Amino acid sequence: MRAMHRYVIKRLLMMLPTLAGAALLVFFLLRAIPGDVCEVRLAGTGLYADPAEIELCRENLGLNKPLIVQFFDFVAGYFTFDLGESMWSGKPVTYEIGLRFKLSLQVAIMATLVAVLIAIPLGTISAVKQDTWIDYAVRTFSIAGIAMPSFWLGILIILGLLIYTQKLFGVPWMPPIDYVPLFEDPMRNMAQLIWPAVATGYRYSAVATRMTRSALLEVLREDYVRTARAKGLTEKVIINRHALKNAMLPVVTIIAIEFAFLIGGLVVTEQVFNLNGLGKLFVDAVGAQDFTLTQHLVMLVVLVAVLTNFVIDIVYAWLDPRIRYG
Amino acid sequence: MATTEATFDVTELDSLRKPWYVRFAELARRQPLGTAGAIVVVVMLTAAMFAEFITVYDPEEASFESMLVAPNAEFWLGTDAFGRDILTRIIYGARTALFVGFTAALVGSVLGLVLGVASAYFGGLFDLIFQRVVDVVMAFPLIVLALAVVATLGSGTINVIIAITIPFIPQCARVVRSNALAIREIPYVDAARALGYGHQRIIMRHMVPNVMAPFLIMFTSFVGQAILLEASLSYLGLGVQEPTPAWGLMLQGGAEEFAESAPWIPIFPGLAITLAVFGFNLFGDALRDVLDPRLRAR
Repeated sequence: MRAMHRYVIKRLLMMLPTLAGAALLVFFLLRAIPGDVCEVRLAGTGLYADPAEIELCRENLGLNKPLIVQFFDFVAGYFTFDLGESMWSGKPVTYEIGLRFKLSLQVAIMATLVAVLIAIPLGTISAVKQDTWIDYAVRTFSIAGIAMPSFWLGILIILGLLIYTQKLFGVPWMPPIDYVPLFEDPMRNMAQLIWPAVATGYRYSAVATRMTRSALLEVLREDYVRTARAKGLTEKVIINRHALKNAMLPVVTIIAIEFAFLIGGLVVTEQVFNLNGLGKLFVDAVGAQDFTLTQHLVMLVVLVAVLTNFVIDIVYAWLDPRIRYG
Repeated sequence: MATTEATFDVTELDSLRKPWYVRFAELARRQPLGTAGAIVVVVMLTAAMFAEFITVYDPEEASFESMLVAPNAEFWLGTDAFGRDILTRIIYGARTALFVGFTAALVGSVLGLVLGVASAYFGGLFDLIFQRVVDVVMAFPLIVLALAVVATLGSGTINVIIAITIPFIPQCARVVRSNALAIREIPYVDAARALGYGHQRIIMRHMVPNVMAPFLIMFTSFVGQAILLEASLSYLGLGVQEPTPAWGLMLQGGAEEFAESAPWIPIFPGLAITLAVFGFNLFGDALRDVLDPRLRAR
């Protein structure tokens, strides 16, 4: 057990340089963008802006402080639990992010569920029927998922909904635009979020289907599967009891990593479905050069990704002693 | 034993002597999906190279007499809100997609290859620092990093290529490094060291050729990913700019505005993106199956 403790501490410490590097990268990348939020706000429309006014705005927002001081303020926010205010709206960053986080998290969970429900059965069938027409059909379906831009699939879904509801009910129906929490009005919530979840979930199922197929193909070549066949076990028992369990580790990993990236990576899908989630907030914040909000938003996405990787590594080490003793 | 070897050689020579179409048919039978992918890639390359000879319309010139024309004998895939022929813009768009796709994939994967092999070969502090940098870049979702880079550099084709290339480098480096770590332990690398060869020669002549299989697989998948990313950035208005014909750009604005009244505007460019990425992925998959013996049929 001491080996496991040591491994957890080592792995936790390894997260720190990644987070520090991400903070440095996002901080300096944003400062490399020509202009700042004051210019966008006061002169963004092409109108004349008083330089003194711009300077005053910079002073109020702390943009004229030395870069090192600004960086220190940014990082110190995490230790004092005060992330500051959005440079654009003036509202607390925690409020701006919290408002959208619920929506993005729900879409990510629903998309992951759609992906799992498609990927595992299809990947298994594809591996078991390798090089038959079923395998080709599943592979074509999954590669189409990777190839299809999710924003285009979103447009097709909206187009389909419009056409079919027009034909069926005489009036076209569109998913609601305003977000209602799941427990307040489940029907309205689902009517809005199911479509982006399907568009994103199909795309992410493609990667997981391919991973299930290739992991299962490798496991099916193992000696213990041959032994199970030699014992006279049925193919169904071999797949369900022996092969699938052992092939699931890389599949769960890929699903978890994708889930982490879905939290902040739904930039384009949110644009198509007009969802006010973290992705849209990111695009708006970058456009307005709202440094404070963009920095914390990116750090949230990175933190979720790094923590997910940490949990995956710990689960791996728990399952496989060679990793923690390595 | 000698007889067996002789027979094997003759068979190999026989298969090489077969005409190209017979060998192609055999390959198509073994890898039907890969062949379909290769055909899509070839069609796309042809469209990109000979666009001027394939279509008579100008991809950028607006024509107000033929705005929003539905698909007909004159305009096979209809026209957009500026009266430009959609098929022509898709054909010319292949040029943009391939230029961005190939350049970003090639630069990203080659830099990733060299850095990944060097990281595995040198090990120690260089490897440790480089891997932490890779961790940092890979912690960002692809689109978020690309958006941040485009915001810094500004939009336009070259900046989009740079924005797409940067996330590819660590991805390729990580995969190549794990393969190169195994190769570093093989005696021929020790032998090369013992012969007094320099680091550059050992890396470029002895290690790089042996990680070509994962490199090629990464490269083909990067081309598809780059085409998708370019389309996504252009769709958000941060990629290639009007009037350049680009598939993602064709979906921007037109897609939502005309979804109901002129559905051909959002349908065909999206279909072109899907087919192109589909082709590259199928081709890459077949390549992986051929290069990785563990994945061949039982």
